[in-house]
Amino acid sequence: MAPLLEVEALSCGYGPIGVLRDVTLTVERSSIVAVLGANGAGKTTLLRTLSGLLRPTSGRVVFDGTDLRGVAVEQVVRRGLAHVPEGRGVVAELTVEENLRLGGLWRRDQQDAKKALAEVYELFEPLARRRRSVGHQLSGGERQMLALGRALVARPSLLLLDEPSLGLAPRVTAQIMALLAQLREQTGLTVLLVEQNVRSALSVADHGVVLSVGEVAMSAPAARLRDDDDLRHAYLGF
Amino acid sequence: MDRFVFLTLDGLSKGAVYAAFALALVLIWRGTRVVNFAQGAMSVATVYVAYSVSDATGSYWLGFAAALVSAALLGAVIELVVARRVHDAPPLNAIVVAIGLVLLLQAVLGMIYTNEYLAFPAPFSETALTAGGLTLLSPYDLFVFAVVAGLLVLLTLLFTRTPVGLRMRASAFAPEVSRLLGVDVALMRTLGWVLAAMVGSLAGLLVIPTELGLHPTAMDDIFVAAFTAAVVGGLDSPAGAVVGGLVVGVLLSYVGGYVRSDATPLAVLALLVVVLLVRPGGLFAVPQARRV
Repeated sequence: MAPLLEVEALSCGYGPIGVLRDVTLTVERSSIVAVLGANGAGKTTLLRTLSGLLRPTSGRVVFDGTDLRGVAVEQVVRRGLAHVPEGRGVVAELTVEENLRLGGLWRRDQQDAKKALAEVYELFEPLARRRRSVGHQLSGGERQMLALGRALVARPSLLLLDEPSLGLAPRVTAQIMALLAQLREQTGLTVLLVEQNVRSALSVADHGVVLSVGEVAMSAPAARLRDDDDLRHAYLGF
Repeated sequence: MDRFVFLTLDGLSKGAVYAAFALALVLIWRGTRVVNFAQGAMSVATVYVAYSVSDATGSYWLGFAAALVSAALLGAVIELVVARRVHDAPPLNAIVVAIGLVLLLQAVLGMIYTNEYLAFPAPFSETALTAGGLTLLSPYDLFVFAVVAGLLVLLTLLFTRTPVGLRMRASAFAPEVSRLLGVDVALMRTLGWVLAAMVGSLAGLLVIPTELGLHPTAMDDIFVAAFTAAVVGGLDSPAGAVVGGLVVGVLLSYVGGYVRSDATPLAVLALLVVVLLVRPGGLFAVPQARRV
Protein backbone atom coordinates (compact mmCIF):
# COMPACT_ATOMS: atom_id res chain seq x y z
CA MET A 1 0.00 0.00 0.00
CA ALA A 2 1.23 3.48 -0.83
CA PRO A 3 2.29 5.68 2.09
CA LEU A 4 -0.44 7.92 3.50
CA LEU A 5 1.60 11.07 3.04
CA GLU A 6 4.40 11.77 0.61
CA VAL A 7 6.21 15.08 0.70
CA GLU A 8 8.40 15.61 -2.32
CA ALA A 9 11.09 18.29 -2.60
CA LEU A 10 8.90 20.80 -0.78
CA SER A 11 10.12 24.39 -0.58
CA CYS A 12 8.29 27.22 1.07
CA GLY A 13 8.95 30.63 2.51
CA TYR A 14 7.39 33.85 3.67
CA GLY A 15 8.45 36.30 1.00
CA PRO A 16 11.78 35.83 -0.76
CA ILE A 17 13.49 34.05 2.12
CA GLY A 18 13.03 30.31 2.01
CA VAL A 19 12.06 28.60 5.25
CA LEU A 20 11.84 25.08 3.86
CA ARG A 21 14.24 23.81 1.23
CA ASP A 22 13.71 20.56 -0.66
CA VAL A 23 12.04 18.72 2.19
CA THR A 24 11.25 15.13 1.30
CA LEU A 25 9.64 12.72 3.72
CA THR A 26 7.21 9.83 3.79
CA VAL A 27 4.64 8.89 6.41
CA GLU A 28 3.48 5.27 6.31
CA ARG A 29 -0.07 4.35 7.25
CA SER A 30 -0.67 3.85 10.98
CA SER A 31 2.76 5.12 11.89
CA ILE A 32 3.87 7.92 14.15
CA VAL A 33 6.53 10.18 12.67
CA ALA A 34 8.27 12.82 14.77
CA VAL A 35 9.71 15.93 13.14
CA LEU A 36 12.44 17.23 15.42
CA GLY A 37 14.68 20.23 15.37
CA ALA A 38 15.57 23.50 17.05
CA ASN A 39 13.47 26.63 17.16
CA GLY A 40 13.24 28.14 13.70
CA ALA A 41 14.15 24.93 11.91
CA GLY A 42 10.92 25.16 9.92
CA LYS A 43 8.84 22.57 11.75
CA THR A 44 5.73 24.69 12.11
CA THR A 45 6.10 26.00 8.56
CA LEU A 46 6.18 22.40 7.36
CA LEU A 47 2.85 21.58 9.02
CA ARG A 48 1.27 24.81 7.82
CA THR A 49 2.32 24.01 4.27
CA LEU A 50 0.96 20.48 4.52
CA SER A 51 -2.50 21.67 5.60
CA GLY A 52 -2.55 24.41 2.96
CA LEU A 53 -2.30 27.46 5.23
CA LEU A 54 0.89 28.27 3.34
CA ARG A 55 1.42 27.64 -0.35
CA PRO A 56 4.68 25.91 -1.30
CA THR A 57 6.98 27.68 -3.73
CA SER A 58 7.87 24.31 -5.25
CA GLY A 59 7.52 20.60 -4.63
CA ARG A 60 4.37 18.69 -3.86
CA VAL A 61 2.35 17.04 -1.12
CA VAL A 62 0.51 13.84 -1.94
CA PHE A 63 -1.99 12.78 0.69
CA ASP A 64 -3.82 9.48 0.32
CA GLY A 65 -3.22 9.48 -3.41
CA THR A 66 -4.25 13.11 -4.11
CA ASP A 67 -2.06 16.09 -4.71
CA LEU A 68 -3.01 18.66 -2.07
CA ARG A 69 -1.86 21.59 -4.19
CA GLY A 70 -4.97 23.49 -5.16
CA VAL A 71 -7.07 21.99 -2.37
CA ALA A 72 -8.49 24.81 -0.21
CA VAL A 73 -7.62 24.80 3.50
CA GLU A 74 -11.26 24.29 4.52
CA GLN A 75 -11.43 21.22 2.25
CA VAL A 76 -8.34 19.48 3.63
CA VAL A 77 -10.09 18.23 6.77
CA ARG A 78 -12.79 16.67 4.60
CA ARG A 79 -10.11 14.48 3.05
CA GLY A 80 -9.03 13.18 6.43
CA LEU A 81 -6.17 15.49 7.41
CA ALA A 82 -6.57 17.24 10.76
CA HIS A 83 -4.07 19.94 11.77
CA VAL A 84 -3.85 20.91 15.44
CA PRO A 85 -1.93 24.19 15.28
CA GLU A 86 0.73 25.46 17.63
CA GLY A 87 -0.62 27.07 20.79
CA ARG A 88 -3.41 24.48 20.61
CA GLY A 89 -5.92 26.51 18.62
CA VAL A 90 -8.75 26.22 21.10
CA VAL A 91 -11.30 28.95 20.38
CA ALA A 92 -11.03 30.64 23.78
CA GLU A 93 -14.42 32.38 23.56
CA LEU A 94 -16.36 29.16 22.89
CA THR A 95 -17.25 26.46 25.37
CA VAL A 96 -15.68 23.01 25.43
CA GLU A 97 -18.82 21.54 23.91
CA GLU A 98 -18.95 24.19 21.17
CA ASN A 99 -15.30 23.66 20.31
CA LEU A 100 -15.89 19.94 19.96
CA ARG A 101 -19.07 20.39 17.91
CA LEU A 102 -17.20 22.77 15.63
CA GLY A 103 -14.82 19.92 14.80
CA GLY A 104 -17.63 17.83 13.33
CA LEU A 105 -19.90 20.44 11.74
CA TRP A 106 -18.64 19.80 8.22
CA ARG A 107 -19.49 16.12 8.36
CA ARG A 108 -22.40 14.71 6.35
CA ASP A 109 -22.91 11.93 8.88
CA GLN A 110 -24.00 13.99 11.89
CA GLN A 111 -24.97 10.81 13.76
CA ASP A 112 -21.38 9.66 13.64
CA ALA A 113 -20.14 13.13 14.54
CA LYS A 114 -22.24 12.93 17.72
CA LYS A 115 -20.88 9.47 18.40
CA ALA A 116 -17.31 10.68 17.88
CA LEU A 117 -17.99 13.55 20.29
CA ALA A 118 -19.21 11.12 22.94
CA GLU A 119 -16.08 9.03 22.43
CA VAL A 120 -13.91 12.09 22.99
CA TYR A 121 -15.64 12.70 26.32
CA GLU A 122 -14.90 9.10 27.28
CA LEU A 123 -11.30 9.47 26.24
CA PHE A 124 -10.81 12.77 28.08
CA GLU A 125 -12.81 12.70 31.28
CA PRO A 126 -11.76 16.21 32.42
CA LEU A 127 -13.42 17.60 29.29
CA ALA A 128 -16.69 15.83 30.05
CA ARG A 129 -16.72 17.55 33.44
CA ARG A 130 -16.15 20.97 31.88
CA ARG A 131 -18.53 20.94 28.91
CA ARG A 132 -19.88 24.42 29.64
CA SER A 133 -16.57 26.10 30.50
CA VAL A 134 -15.22 28.52 27.93
CA GLY A 135 -11.81 27.93 26.42
CA HIS A 136 -9.87 30.51 28.39
CA GLN A 137 -10.97 28.96 31.70
CA LEU A 138 -9.17 25.71 30.89
CA SER A 139 -5.73 24.67 32.05
CA GLY A 140 -2.97 24.07 29.53
CA GLY A 141 -3.45 20.31 29.70
CA GLU A 142 -7.20 20.61 29.25
CA ARG A 143 -6.70 22.85 26.25
CA GLN A 144 -4.39 20.33 24.67
CA MET A 145 -6.94 17.59 25.28
CA LEU A 146 -9.65 19.78 23.76
CA ALA A 147 -7.63 20.57 20.65
CA LEU A 148 -6.74 16.92 20.23
CA GLY A 149 -10.30 15.76 20.94
CA ARG A 150 -11.72 18.31 18.51
CA ALA A 151 -9.44 16.96 15.78
CA LEU A 152 -10.59 13.41 16.57
CA VAL A 153 -14.27 14.35 16.12
CA ALA A 154 -13.42 14.65 12.41
CA ARG A 155 -12.21 11.01 12.47
CA PRO A 156 -9.05 11.91 10.56
CA SER A 157 -6.72 9.42 8.97
CA LEU A 158 -3.74 11.76 9.52
CA LEU A 159 -3.23 13.97 12.52
CA LEU A 160 -0.74 16.84 12.31
CA LEU A 161 0.27 17.89 15.82
CA ASP A 162 2.31 21.02 16.43
CA GLU A 163 4.20 20.92 19.74
CA PRO A 164 1.58 19.12 21.84
CA SER A 165 3.91 19.14 24.86
CA LEU A 166 4.37 22.94 24.84
CA GLY A 167 3.86 24.31 28.34
CA LEU A 168 2.60 21.04 29.78
CA ALA A 169 3.81 19.21 32.87
CA PRO A 170 5.90 16.11 32.03
CA ARG A 171 3.20 13.85 33.44
CA VAL A 172 0.54 15.38 31.15
CA THR A 173 2.89 15.18 28.17
CA ALA A 174 3.44 11.49 28.89
CA GLN A 175 -0.33 10.95 29.00
CA ILE A 176 -0.79 12.64 25.63
CA MET A 177 1.99 10.56 24.06
CA ALA A 178 0.55 7.35 25.49
CA LEU A 179 -2.81 8.31 24.09
CA LEU A 180 -1.36 8.77 20.60
CA ALA A 181 0.12 5.27 20.78
CA GLN A 182 -3.21 3.92 21.98
CA LEU A 183 -5.15 5.61 19.15
CA ARG A 184 -2.72 4.23 16.61
CA GLU A 185 -3.24 0.72 18.00
CA GLN A 186 -7.01 0.96 18.22
CA THR A 187 -8.00 3.01 15.17
CA GLY A 188 -5.00 2.87 12.88
CA LEU A 189 -4.49 6.64 13.21
CA THR A 190 -1.42 8.09 11.52
CA VAL A 191 0.37 10.92 13.30
CA LEU A 192 2.90 13.49 12.14
CA LEU A 193 4.22 15.09 15.28
CA VAL A 194 6.34 18.22 15.52
CA GLU A 195 8.22 18.45 18.79
CA GLN A 196 11.03 20.21 20.59
CA ASN A 197 10.65 17.74 23.40
CA VAL A 198 12.79 15.10 21.69
CA ARG A 199 12.69 12.46 24.41
CA SER A 200 8.93 12.31 24.71
CA ALA A 201 8.42 12.44 20.94
CA LEU A 202 10.83 9.57 20.38
CA SER A 203 9.16 7.57 23.13
CA VAL A 204 6.16 6.97 20.84
CA ALA A 205 7.45 7.63 17.33
CA ASP A 206 8.35 4.93 14.81
CA HIS A 207 10.41 7.28 12.75
CA GLY A 208 12.24 10.52 13.33
CA VAL A 209 13.04 13.30 10.90
CA VAL A 210 15.48 16.00 11.99
CA LEU A 211 14.99 19.42 10.38
CA SER A 212 17.84 21.89 10.46
CA VAL A 213 17.52 25.39 9.02
CA GLY A 214 14.73 24.27 6.70
CA GLU A 215 16.39 21.12 5.39
CA VAL A 216 16.12 17.47 6.32
CA ALA A 217 19.39 16.82 8.13
CA MET A 218 18.64 13.27 9.00
CA SER A 219 15.88 10.68 8.80
CA ALA A 220 16.03 7.41 10.72
CA PRO A 221 13.92 4.93 12.67
CA ALA A 222 13.12 6.34 16.08
CA ALA A 223 14.82 3.42 17.81
CA ARG A 224 18.12 4.33 16.18
CA LEU A 225 17.78 7.99 17.14
CA ARG A 226 17.01 6.89 20.68
CA ASP A 227 19.78 4.37 21.11
CA ASP A 228 22.66 5.49 18.91
CA ASP A 229 24.48 7.94 21.15
CA ASP A 230 26.72 9.36 18.41
CA LEU A 231 23.80 10.00 16.12
CA ARG A 232 21.71 11.58 18.84
CA HIS A 233 24.57 13.71 19.96
CA ALA A 234 25.37 14.90 16.45
CA TYR A 235 21.85 15.77 15.37
CA LEU A 236 19.87 16.37 18.51
CA GLY A 237 22.55 17.77 20.77
CA PHE A 238 22.19 15.62 23.86
CA MET B 1 -42.27 63.50 37.61
CA ASP B 2 -44.65 63.10 34.65
CA ARG B 3 -42.07 64.63 32.42
CA PHE B 4 -39.38 62.33 33.78
CA VAL B 5 -41.46 59.23 33.05
CA PHE B 6 -42.26 60.48 29.57
CA LEU B 7 -38.66 61.33 28.77
CA THR B 8 -37.47 57.97 30.08
CA LEU B 9 -39.95 55.98 28.02
CA ASP B 10 -39.33 58.09 24.95
CA GLY B 11 -35.58 57.63 25.45
CA LEU B 12 -35.96 53.88 25.77
CA SER B 13 -37.95 53.76 22.56
CA LYS B 14 -35.25 55.69 20.70
CA GLY B 15 -32.63 53.66 22.52
CA ALA B 16 -34.14 50.41 21.24
CA VAL B 17 -33.50 51.62 17.70
CA TYR B 18 -29.97 52.72 18.56
CA ALA B 19 -29.46 49.27 20.06
CA ALA B 20 -30.55 47.56 16.86
CA PHE B 21 -28.35 49.78 14.76
CA ALA B 22 -25.41 49.31 17.13
CA LEU B 23 -25.91 45.56 16.79
CA ALA B 24 -25.47 45.89 13.04
CA LEU B 25 -22.14 47.63 13.65
CA VAL B 26 -21.07 44.98 16.16
CA LEU B 27 -21.93 42.15 13.76
CA ILE B 28 -19.54 43.49 11.15
CA TRP B 29 -16.89 44.55 13.65
CA ARG B 30 -16.74 41.08 15.20
CA GLY B 31 -16.41 39.35 11.86
CA THR B 32 -14.03 41.70 10.10
CA ARG B 33 -12.58 44.23 12.58
CA VAL B 34 -14.02 47.02 10.47
CA VAL B 35 -16.40 49.75 11.65
CA ASN B 36 -18.86 49.95 8.80
CA PHE B 37 -19.19 53.70 8.38
CA ALA B 38 -21.48 53.05 5.41
CA GLN B 39 -24.09 51.35 7.62
CA GLY B 40 -26.26 54.48 7.77
CA ALA B 41 -26.25 55.10 4.05
CA MET B 42 -26.93 51.41 3.35
CA SER B 43 -29.84 51.52 5.76
CA VAL B 44 -31.35 54.64 4.18
CA ALA B 45 -31.05 53.11 0.72
CA THR B 46 -33.19 50.16 1.81
CA VAL B 47 -35.79 52.44 3.43
CA TYR B 48 -36.08 54.18 0.06
CA VAL B 49 -36.81 50.75 -1.42
CA ALA B 50 -39.55 50.34 1.18
CA TYR B 51 -40.85 53.79 0.26
CA SER B 52 -41.05 52.95 -3.45
CA VAL B 53 -42.62 49.54 -2.93
CA SER B 54 -45.16 50.89 -0.42
CA ASP B 55 -45.92 53.73 -2.77
CA ALA B 56 -46.56 51.36 -5.69
CA THR B 57 -48.50 48.71 -3.77
CA GLY B 58 -50.16 50.76 -1.06
CA SER B 59 -48.94 48.29 1.54
CA TYR B 60 -46.56 49.29 4.32
CA TRP B 61 -45.71 45.66 5.02
CA LEU B 62 -44.74 44.80 1.44
CA GLY B 63 -42.37 47.77 1.56
CA PHE B 64 -41.05 46.57 4.91
CA ALA B 65 -40.30 43.11 3.48
CA ALA B 66 -38.80 44.56 0.30
CA ALA B 67 -36.42 46.69 2.39
CA LEU B 68 -35.12 43.66 4.27
CA VAL B 69 -34.64 41.64 1.07
CA SER B 70 -32.85 44.51 -0.64
CA ALA B 71 -30.69 44.94 2.48
CA ALA B 72 -29.59 41.31 2.29
CA LEU B 73 -28.63 41.77 -1.37
CA LEU B 74 -26.90 45.09 -0.73
CA GLY B 75 -24.93 43.62 2.17
CA ALA B 76 -23.80 40.64 0.10
CA VAL B 77 -22.83 42.76 -2.90
CA ILE B 78 -20.87 45.27 -0.83
CA GLU B 79 -19.01 42.50 1.00
CA LEU B 80 -18.21 40.53 -2.15
CA VAL B 81 -17.32 43.47 -4.37
CA VAL B 82 -15.80 46.01 -1.99
CA ALA B 83 -15.20 44.95 1.62
CA ARG B 84 -13.51 41.66 0.73
CA ARG B 85 -10.85 43.55 -1.24
CA VAL B 86 -9.82 45.72 1.68
CA HIS B 87 -10.03 42.97 4.30
CA ASP B 88 -6.30 42.33 4.41
CA ALA B 89 -5.37 45.98 3.86
CA PRO B 90 -4.56 48.46 6.66
CA PRO B 91 -7.70 49.54 8.60
CA LEU B 92 -7.58 53.05 7.16
CA ASN B 93 -8.26 51.65 3.68
CA ALA B 94 -11.50 50.08 4.86
CA ILE B 95 -12.58 53.36 6.45
CA VAL B 96 -11.82 55.38 3.32
CA VAL B 97 -13.68 52.85 1.19
CA ALA B 98 -16.68 52.95 3.55
CA ILE B 99 -16.79 56.75 3.39
CA GLY B 100 -16.59 56.51 -0.38
CA LEU B 101 -19.59 54.19 -0.27
CA VAL B 102 -21.51 56.71 1.85
CA LEU B 103 -20.88 59.48 -0.69
CA LEU B 104 -21.80 57.18 -3.59
CA LEU B 105 -25.01 55.88 -2.01
CA GLN B 106 -26.15 59.32 -0.88
CA ALA B 107 -25.46 60.84 -4.29
CA VAL B 108 -27.32 58.08 -6.13
CA LEU B 109 -30.27 58.30 -3.72
CA GLY B 110 -30.36 62.08 -4.18
CA MET B 111 -30.41 61.66 -7.97
CA ILE B 112 -33.26 59.16 -7.89
CA TYR B 113 -35.40 60.54 -5.09
CA THR B 114 -34.25 64.21 -4.90
CA ASN B 115 -32.80 65.72 -1.73
CA GLU B 116 -36.19 66.71 -0.35
CA TYR B 117 -37.58 65.12 2.79
CA LEU B 118 -40.12 62.46 1.81
CA ALA B 119 -42.88 61.37 4.15
CA PHE B 120 -42.43 57.80 5.33
CA PRO B 121 -45.35 57.06 7.63
CA ALA B 122 -45.50 54.74 10.61
CA PRO B 123 -47.79 51.71 10.46
CA PHE B 124 -49.30 52.53 13.86
CA SER B 125 -50.36 55.68 15.63
CA GLU B 126 -47.53 57.79 17.03
CA THR B 127 -49.82 59.55 19.49
CA ALA B 128 -48.82 58.65 23.02
CA LEU B 129 -51.39 56.87 25.14
CA THR B 130 -52.18 58.35 28.55
CA ALA B 131 -53.11 56.53 31.69
CA GLY B 132 -54.09 58.25 34.92
CA GLY B 133 -52.79 61.59 33.67
CA LEU B 134 -49.40 60.12 32.77
CA THR B 135 -48.25 60.36 29.18
CA LEU B 136 -46.87 56.96 28.29
CA LEU B 137 -45.94 55.24 25.06
CA SER B 138 -47.56 55.38 21.64
CA PRO B 139 -48.71 52.21 19.87
CA TYR B 140 -45.80 52.76 17.50
CA ASP B 141 -43.35 52.80 20.43
CA LEU B 142 -44.74 49.45 21.53
CA PHE B 143 -44.27 48.16 17.99
CA VAL B 144 -40.63 49.32 18.05
CA PHE B 145 -40.01 47.57 21.38
CA ALA B 146 -41.61 44.36 20.13
CA VAL B 147 -39.59 44.33 16.92
CA VAL B 148 -36.28 45.00 18.66
CA ALA B 149 -37.02 42.40 21.35
CA GLY B 150 -37.92 39.88 18.65
CA LEU B 151 -34.71 40.72 16.82
CA LEU B 152 -32.65 40.10 19.95
CA VAL B 153 -34.31 36.73 20.53
CA LEU B 154 -33.78 35.68 16.92
CA LEU B 155 -30.13 36.74 16.87
CA THR B 156 -29.44 35.02 20.18
CA LEU B 157 -31.02 31.80 18.93
CA LEU B 158 -29.14 32.04 15.66
CA PHE B 159 -25.76 32.47 17.32
CA THR B 160 -26.15 30.03 20.20
CA ARG B 161 -28.44 27.31 18.84
CA THR B 162 -27.64 26.83 15.17
CA PRO B 163 -24.63 25.33 13.38
CA VAL B 164 -24.30 28.36 11.16
CA GLY B 165 -24.27 30.62 14.24
CA LEU B 166 -21.50 28.55 15.78
CA ARG B 167 -19.56 28.77 12.52
CA MET B 168 -20.00 32.56 12.42
CA ARG B 169 -18.79 32.99 16.00
CA ALA B 170 -15.82 30.68 15.48
CA SER B 171 -14.88 32.48 12.25
CA ALA B 172 -14.99 35.82 14.03
CA PHE B 173 -12.86 34.72 16.98
CA ALA B 174 -10.38 32.37 15.31
CA PRO B 175 -10.49 32.50 11.50
CA GLU B 176 -7.45 30.33 10.88
CA VAL B 177 -8.44 27.56 13.28
CA SER B 178 -11.95 27.64 11.84
CA ARG B 179 -10.62 27.09 8.33
CA LEU B 180 -8.62 24.09 9.56
CA LEU B 181 -11.88 22.72 10.96
CA GLY B 182 -13.55 23.01 7.58
CA VAL B 183 -15.44 26.28 8.10
CA ASP B 184 -15.78 28.48 5.02
CA VAL B 185 -14.70 31.66 6.81
CA ALA B 186 -15.12 33.90 3.74
CA LEU B 187 -18.73 32.76 3.39
CA MET B 188 -19.35 33.45 7.08
CA ARG B 189 -18.01 36.98 6.59
CA THR B 190 -20.43 37.55 3.72
CA LEU B 191 -23.24 36.21 5.88
CA GLY B 192 -22.21 38.62 8.63
CA TRP B 193 -22.57 41.53 6.23
CA VAL B 194 -25.93 40.25 5.01
CA LEU B 195 -27.19 39.95 8.56
CA ALA B 196 -25.80 43.35 9.58
CA ALA B 197 -27.34 45.05 6.54
CA MET B 198 -30.73 43.53 7.39
CA VAL B 199 -30.50 44.59 11.04
CA GLY B 200 -29.40 48.08 9.97
CA SER B 201 -32.30 48.26 7.53
CA LEU B 202 -34.71 47.27 10.27
CA ALA B 203 -33.37 50.05 12.49
CA GLY B 204 -33.84 52.53 9.64
CA LEU B 205 -37.40 51.35 9.00
CA LEU B 206 -38.20 51.82 12.68
CA VAL B 207 -36.59 55.21 13.20
CA ILE B 208 -37.32 57.16 10.01
CA PRO B 209 -41.05 57.62 10.79
CA THR B 210 -40.09 59.28 14.09
CA GLU B 211 -37.62 61.65 12.42
CA LEU B 212 -38.08 64.50 9.96
CA GLY B 213 -38.65 62.09 7.08
CA LEU B 214 -36.76 60.19 4.46
CA HIS B 215 -33.61 61.91 3.17
CA PRO B 216 -30.29 60.53 1.83
CA THR B 217 -28.56 61.71 5.03
CA ALA B 218 -31.44 60.81 7.37
CA MET B 219 -29.44 58.13 9.21
CA ASP B 220 -26.30 60.22 9.82
CA ASP B 221 -27.31 61.38 13.32
CA ILE B 222 -28.61 57.90 14.15
CA PHE B 223 -25.29 56.45 13.05
CA VAL B 224 -23.39 58.70 15.44
CA ALA B 225 -25.70 57.78 18.33
CA ALA B 226 -25.55 54.07 17.52
CA PHE B 227 -21.79 54.13 17.06
CA THR B 228 -21.52 55.78 20.47
CA ALA B 229 -23.85 53.11 21.86
CA ALA B 230 -21.66 50.38 20.40
CA VAL B 231 -18.52 51.97 21.84
CA VAL B 232 -20.20 52.42 25.24
CA GLY B 233 -21.07 48.72 25.25
CA GLY B 234 -17.80 47.57 23.74
CA LEU B 235 -17.72 46.92 19.99
CA ASP B 236 -17.27 43.19 20.57
CA SER B 237 -20.30 42.69 22.74
CA PRO B 238 -23.83 42.27 21.33
CA ALA B 239 -25.27 42.55 24.85
CA GLY B 240 -23.18 45.68 25.32
CA ALA B 241 -24.60 47.18 22.13
CA VAL B 242 -28.13 46.72 23.44
CA VAL B 243 -27.40 48.21 26.85
CA GLY B 244 -25.34 50.96 25.24
CA GLY B 245 -28.22 51.76 22.89
CA LEU B 246 -30.71 52.09 25.73
CA VAL B 247 -28.29 54.18 27.83
CA VAL B 248 -27.59 56.57 24.96
CA GLY B 249 -31.28 56.80 24.09
CA VAL B 250 -32.33 57.71 27.62
CA LEU B 251 -29.41 60.07 28.14
CA LEU B 252 -30.16 61.98 24.95
CA SER B 253 -33.82 62.14 25.86
CA TYR B 254 -32.95 63.78 29.21
CA VAL B 255 -30.56 66.21 27.56
CA GLY B 256 -33.16 67.08 24.93
CA GLY B 257 -35.91 67.42 27.51
CA TYR B 258 -34.16 69.13 30.42
CA VAL B 259 -31.33 71.08 28.80
CA ARG B 260 -32.30 72.05 25.28
CA SER B 261 -33.37 70.01 22.29
CA ASP B 262 -30.54 71.15 20.02
CA ALA B 263 -27.89 70.06 22.54
CA THR B 264 -28.29 66.34 21.84
CA PRO B 265 -25.78 66.03 18.96
CA LEU B 266 -23.20 67.66 21.22
CA ALA B 267 -24.13 65.37 24.12
CA VAL B 268 -23.57 62.27 21.95
CA LEU B 269 -20.10 63.40 21.01
CA ALA B 270 -19.29 64.35 24.61
CA LEU B 271 -20.35 60.88 25.76
CA LEU B 272 -18.27 59.26 23.03
CA VAL B 273 -15.18 61.23 24.06
CA VAL B 274 -15.68 60.44 27.76
CA VAL B 275 -16.09 56.71 27.13
CA LEU B 276 -13.05 56.60 24.87
CA LEU B 277 -10.98 58.40 27.49
CA VAL B 278 -12.18 56.48 30.54
CA ARG B 279 -12.95 53.03 29.24
CA PRO B 280 -11.98 52.63 25.57
CA GLY B 281 -12.90 48.95 25.54
CA GLY B 282 -16.46 49.76 26.52
CA LEU B 283 -18.40 48.97 29.68
CA PHE B 284 -18.67 45.30 28.75
CA ALA B 285 -15.08 44.75 27.71
CA VAL B 286 -13.66 41.50 29.03
CA PRO B 287 -9.94 41.43 29.76
CA GLN B 288 -8.26 39.98 26.72
CA ALA B 289 -6.80 36.56 27.38
CA ARG B 290 -3.17 36.69 26.42
CA ARG B 291 -2.52 34.31 23.57
CA VAL B 292 0.63 32.30 24.03
